[in-house]
Amino acid sequence: MKDILQELEERRAGARLGGGQKRIDAQHAKGKLTARERIELLLDEGSFEEYDMFVAHRCTDFGMEKNRPYGDGVITGWGTINGRMVYVFSQDFTVLGGSVSATHAQKICKIMDMAMQNGAPVIGLNDSGGARIQEGVDSLAGYAEIFQRNIEASGVIPQISVIMGPCAGGAVYSPAMTDFIFMVKDTSYMFVTGPDVVKTVTNEVVTAEELGGASTHTKKSSVADGAFENDVEALAEVRRLVDFLPLNNREKPPVRPFFDDVARVEDSLDTIIPENANQPYDMKELILKVADEGDFYEIQEEHAKNIITGFIRLEGRTVGVVANQPMVLAGCLDIDSSKKAARFVRFCDCFEIPILTFVDVPGFLPGTSQEYGGVIKHGAKLLFAYGEATVPKVTVITRKAYGGAYDVMSSKHLRGDVNYAWPTAEIAVMGAKGATEIIHRADLGDPEKIAQHTADYEDRFANPFVAAERGFIDEVIQPRSTRRRVSRAFAMLRNKTLSNPWKKHNNIPL
Amino acid sequence: MFDKILIANRGEIACRVMKTAKKMGIKTVAVYSDADKHALHVAMADEAVHIGPPAANQSYIVIDKIMQAVKDSGAQAVHPGYGFLSENPKFADALDAAGVAFIGPPKRAIEDMGDKITSKKIAKEAGVNTVPGYMGLIEDADEAVKISGEIGYPVMIKASAGGGGKGMRIAWNDEEAREGFQSSKNEAANSFGDDRIFIEKFVTQPRHIEIQVLCDAHGNGLWLNERECSIQRRNQKVVEEAPSPFLDAETRKAMGEQAVALAKAVGYTSAGTVEFIVDGDKNFYFLEMNTRLQVEHPVTELITGIDLVEQMIRIADGEPLSITQDDVKIDGWAIENRLYAEDPYRNFLPSIGRLTRYRPPAEGELGEGIVRNDTGVYEGGEISMYYDPMIAKLCTWAPTREAAIETMRNALDSFEVEGIGHNLPFVAAVMDHERFISGDITTAFIAEEYPDGFKGVTLSDQTLREVAAATAAMNRVAEIRRTRISGTLDNHERKVGDAWNIALQGESFDVTIAADKTGSSVTFADGAVIRVEGDWTPGHALAHMTVDGHPLVLKVGKISGGFRIRSRGADLKVHVRTPRQAELARKMPEKQPPDTSKMLLCPMPGLIVSMNVAEGEEVQEGQALCTVEAMKMENILRAERSGAVKKINAGPGDSLAVDDVIMEFE
Repeated sequence: MKDILQELEERRAGARLGGGQKRIDAQHAKGKLTARERIELLLDEGSFEEYDMFVAHRCTDFGMEKNRPYGDGVITGWGTINGRMVYVFSQDFTVLGGSVSATHAQKICKIMDMAMQNGAPVIGLNDSGGARIQEGVDSLAGYAEIFQRNIEASGVIPQISVIMGPCAGGAVYSPAMTDFIFMVKDTSYMFVTGPDVVKTVTNEVVTAEELGGASTHTKKSSVADGAFENDVEALAEVRRLVDFLPLNNREKPPVRPFFDDVARVEDSLDTIIPENANQPYDMKELILKVADEGDFYEIQEEHAKNIITGFIRLEGRTVGVVANQPMVLAGCLDIDSSKKAARFVRFCDCFEIPILTFVDVPGFLPGTSQEYGGVIKHGAKLLFAYGEATVPKVTVITRKAYGGAYDVMSSKHLRGDVNYAWPTAEIAVMGAKGATEIIHRADLGDPEKIAQHTADYEDRFANPFVAAERGFIDEVIQPRSTRRRVSRAFAMLRNKTLSNPWKKHNNIPL
Repeated sequence: MFDKILIANRGEIACRVMKTAKKMGIKTVAVYSDADKHALHVAMADEAVHIGPPAANQSYIVIDKIMQAVKDSGAQAVHPGYGFLSENPKFADALDAAGVAFIGPPKRAIEDMGDKITSKKIAKEAGVNTVPGYMGLIEDADEAVKISGEIGYPVMIKASAGGGGKGMRIAWNDEEAREGFQSSKNEAANSFGDDRIFIEKFVTQPRHIEIQVLCDAHGNGLWLNERECSIQRRNQKVVEEAPSPFLDAETRKAMGEQAVALAKAVGYTSAGTVEFIVDGDKNFYFLEMNTRLQVEHPVTELITGIDLVEQMIRIADGEPLSITQDDVKIDGWAIENRLYAEDPYRNFLPSIGRLTRYRPPAEGELGEGIVRNDTGVYEGGEISMYYDPMIAKLCTWAPTREAAIETMRNALDSFEVEGIGHNLPFVAAVMDHERFISGDITTAFIAEEYPDGFKGVTLSDQTLREVAAATAAMNRVAEIRRTRISGTLDNHERKVGDAWNIALQGESFDVTIAADKTGSSVTFADGAVIRVEGDWTPGHALAHMTVDGHPLVLKVGKISGGFRIRSRGADLKVHVRTPRQAELARKMPEKQPPDTSKMLLCPMPGLIVSMNVAEGEEVQEGQALCTVEAMKMENILRAERSGAVKKINAGPGDSLAVDDVIMEFE
């Protein structure tokens, strides 16, 4: 009996060593941690329950039957993050390069099925050379099994991908369908086709880092939602994110004790709007001063900076924030910012996270590049996302809310629950100058008259009161009291129920 | 007494004067430019008069505009503060003509003391020690060399109209005297339109010590002891104290009496300051007389208990001094630190922008000392480029110099300023500098101790351990809170451990923490135990901790996996990890910051208005590369060295943040 127990320990020890000390050292030499070390950092100490430790592949081609390591290149199981359950898979680059075989995929699918059934997020730590070529179509089938589960889980449980090494070819499509992708700077990359194929096909010479590194995907492509300095920081930040998210779509977002005054008055917000309407200010200051403890978890910080998205807490409860950023492109909406915010709004709506919107938007960015790029359809995504969202929606217009962009930014007309405006708000069909030039076209030759018309228009329309007269704005509030007013609005909405008409699914303009 | 006075100034000094006026029941009138519409001094005043565009030469120093404001408001007297019109005899004249009192000295005294050569002559005649030197005008370089030889090297060659270090040269031999004369003359002609030059003995180990005088219109004159202002950066005073750690009673008395003699000689009334340069052997020489209230007057007020502004107002109203020289005592010690909106890490580059956070320490008692903060700004206010970058003066008083410095350290630690670059870390460093603490300072202190600029503070091992222990205790609070989230698995909650690793300033400490009802005992690997108490909770920007019984105030920010801690001038990233996390973190590669030597970085947030070069172009050192507009000022960025432009990352119309890469070179 004892021998048998002893044997289990020996087998476990063997499995834990993955691809062996030499490969572990090589992994460390690259500045990367091993799959097991990463799980240790992701989960609460001692909370990891591993499954399928002894799974091995069944391939017999190309001499593979001689190399059947335990675990088959991925470690799976569940554990807790600050006591809340999550499922995790961590690809082990030291074992057959972390390549995906039928059995490797089967392990991932097993915990995804459990996560769906038991209602907890799945966190994937990706570090894989790609498909296990020796297994051929079996490997492809494995990928597709994972894809199918990603799709079914979407909107049911949060799915988070951390790219911690290579992720190329078909492998990219599983992370692509998860809710968030994070990358580790300098040690991870993602692309559909690598630099060699690119060179052959298009003659472009490009490095892996340029083609699919963290910088590329956080700034240019928007594939990744954030990038971190190293494995340690990445995993710590994923823990921080999970604290904002509900475990599944049947549950409310988490509540945490908070050490902040709900009625905290921020006098400095009374002066945040500059005298000159064309001068920018930093919308992040407003977000930080409204949030509990000034804590803000930004999503897609480096991409489409003219809109800000991320999570804060109010009274310890998660709130998703969308805000125009006047510091960049005057805070206008364009293709990138619309897509970025639309996806974020839809995530929040999936998981019952209330949405707070701060509006200072001069309109949509004009130009051929925008029109040729399809700003009509992309802009409609944000409009659609806000309009279909049934979660509590509170909006504060700080300055400009012009034209169609006013409608888009969680306006009253899109079932905004509480729509506030600061006294500095200008809610109008367009800026005074533009409007005057259309309305008073006849006087265009007379600069004096135009100036007078412009001034008149500003007096009449460059304020929140025309909208407030119509009830499009529920109340004009003092900037300094924004935290209190917004917190109370969300408190009032805690039991909100609203549903959309039955449909198989909607047809958002993709 | 006056019913209403106008303060022809702005910022902290306008606020300071109004405080006293209010105390005396006098109504106050502020003046303001476009840039100061929402300034604190405007809010504090009973009424405010707009005087024009932001630039001082179109508002604050335009006599007609101030006179109009006086007329419109019906003010009976004007306090000029310092700077601006405070030492302008024409302004005193204009007020006189309008029958409005000038809260300052008579015009003649301003004129006489305003010129370096005249003032020195008068001083000499009044029996004031003056630096050996040649008072007359010097014709040419040959004469300069001859005179220098007679005075004895080293000598200082100075522009008569000079100030702020301009037109000033030190010569150690004939050759340097010849060169120095010529360059001073040129510089003076260009800077002041007045190329008169004089030469005097260059004083070694110089300390800047000044005497505060107070004279009424009835022939009474007092000296209110000295202030030492030796801590200067390029002739800009940074730290002042009263009394001086250097003077003895005898020297003090001699200086005081000479100062009063000079004041009387020029018929001085009001508060004034006679500046002396004092050498290592306590020889003191007259430097100049400032015929106004000095920036650093609070330290004198703190040790004498005399409100100088009140005295100035009473004197201007014709009252005789109610105090005698015997009433003037030295009670304790006072230190002043000037808070400048200048980034010490960027060679004290002026910093402008919005004060997103501004929370000075509470005025009043702190430990065994007292805190006073003269401020002219507020949270949410704007620091503009138009005026002096000084935004506040933090003063502390305590019975002894040591205690006053300690009070200052604690006050600085709890002074929160965000949104702009500022010199708080630098003055905090000075407060902890051994040479400053010893009192062995000269006007060259900053140049000698920080020859390559300010690179931040390295904390001593003991302070570092205290910060580590405090952070460990704070982290425990934050970690326990994390576990109190809803939705945890019953009976499988996370337990926060006792063993932690604290990494900061390149050091790493393994500690165990034992918390009880009143605080935590943090045990280090070598057995040392530090006791930490404090009621910090997550999100609070200030942690008032008690470490082994003494106060330690930390400014607390967030970084991934830890805290940004600022204290005692140091700015630290503190990582708090479990021992296992720390072990794994050590496997992470050290990333070198990118080499920026071949890049043009944007020095300030601003908008690119023009790009003068193209990719591939060869540029010469000093060639204009592009123009960045910030706060309506166009700044031309020039090539630091010759080379080819490899890549341009920004174009006209782009708005950039500080340190954004504008272009890269081969």
